[in-house]
Amino acid sequence: MVQNAPFNLQDIPEINPVYMMQYEESQSAWVLLYPEGIIKLNDAAANILKLCTGDKNLEVIIAELKEMFNGADLEDDVYSFMEMALDKSWIRTRPS
Amino acid sequence: MTKAGSEPVLLDGGGNPLWLVLELTYRCPLQCPWCNNPLNFSEIEQELSTEEWKKVLRDARKLGSLQLGFSGGEPMLRQDLEELVEYANGLGFYTNLITSGMGLTKKRLIKLKEAGLKQIQLSVQHSDRAKNDAMVGAESFDQKMAACEEIKAQGFPVVLNVPISRYNIDAVGDMIKLAERTGIEFIEFANIQYYNWALLNRTELMPTKEQLEEAEAVVNAERERLGKAVTMYFVIPDYFDGRPKACMNGWGAIHLTIAPDGSALPCQEAQVIEGLEFPNVRDKPLDWIWHESPTFQKYRGDSWMKKPCIDCDEKEKDFGGCRCQAFLLTGDAENTDPACSKSPHFDVVLSAVEAARDRKGPGSPMVMRNRHALGNGYRNLAP
Repeated sequence: MVQNAPFNLQDIPEINPVYMMQYEESQSAWVLLYPEGIIKLNDAAANILKLCTGDKNLEVIIAELKEMFNGADLEDDVYSFMEMALDKSWIRTRPS
Repeated sequence: MTKAGSEPVLLDGGGNPLWLVLELTYRCPLQCPWCNNPLNFSEIEQELSTEEWKKVLRDARKLGSLQLGFSGGEPMLRQDLEELVEYANGLGFYTNLITSGMGLTKKRLIKLKEAGLKQIQLSVQHSDRAKNDAMVGAESFDQKMAACEEIKAQGFPVVLNVPISRYNIDAVGDMIKLAERTGIEFIEFANIQYYNWALLNRTELMPTKEQLEEAEAVVNAERERLGKAVTMYFVIPDYFDGRPKACMNGWGAIHLTIAPDGSALPCQEAQVIEGLEFPNVRDKPLDWIWHESPTFQKYRGDSWMKKPCIDCDEKEKDFGGCRCQAFLLTGDAENTDPACSKSPHFDVVLSAVEAARDRKGPGSPMVMRNRHALGNGYRNLAP
């Protein structure tokens, strides 16, 4: 795991309320809508963000993703995505 | 699982009108002399009815529209705004309200919140009450500030929209502090673009290159200081940097505007181009209008381009600039946008910049948008 990271495994992420995430038929993809923009998410990003419901911490999210993807080694990828999403303000976090 | 990521911003709509703007009305209590509504707006009557707007929303959503702006004129003058927002929200649009703040009462804000409105773009022209009111030709500063506080109290994200001219370019720093004080997340310094009313008043409105650079430096310093708390947009306008803007991301590419009377436009200014017939949603299906109407196909792609655009290696970046500006300044919408230094008409833009720079003291009175009243209020403003 990355050291000195912006948040830790116990933090609970949720989608920034300024953003709206939905499946978009015409794009065949999940999108994030926000003031002034539209972001098209790939499946992996969408899978992670769908779990950012504000009621479970990152540890639980990673465990659920592992279960979904047959125990794949995905911690580092998830963590770096979360870091990016936090940096771009797609998500916000609170300690559990 | 593949590596998590995203395409940063969706600008290629895959042929869909991702961005939809509904100009609900041309009516407005303000008289801004840079208004982008048509010069003859007062002759255009017969706004679409509630049911007609709902049909537009349904049809546009089917075409893949996602971002929706309720604009005008002043959209708060439509008493069915809340109903339309609720309907649009139910269809899955990201709903934005683009307003002067006039008529944005607490009661209506609460209803708009309940209706699912996501974001509000509030225009403010100056941090000084007297200057703000003189610029828009109406007492409005106090109402805007009251609206601003109430918007934040209701928890909406806000874009503070500041149309920039020589009359307020020195207030950029103060506007950022105003945003900071009120908890506004986004501030957009929209350098005025010269169409319609703004073109009439161009010499009076246009700042100098030095003023723009100074303002940009202030914005950059404030970005350093405030970090992520306030996102600021400031772009040196096309008249000053020799490069045309990638207007609307291309004609008929991702943007669709519906005017108050139901005319469908590839951009809000498109009606300035003479000789184009704009299809109306009252007569034609929106699907046909977007995909097949001659007007939406006219400047789509690059087959219409002349030299130097057609041979230019930047044509996929800027799409030849703005068709409306090409028409207004060169008389032919197929010409290269004269804001491009490669345009044979570039001198038109250079001389406009020079005329504004060399203008001595307050020149001719401003032409205000309502009833063509002359803006004598500007006599008392500094520049």
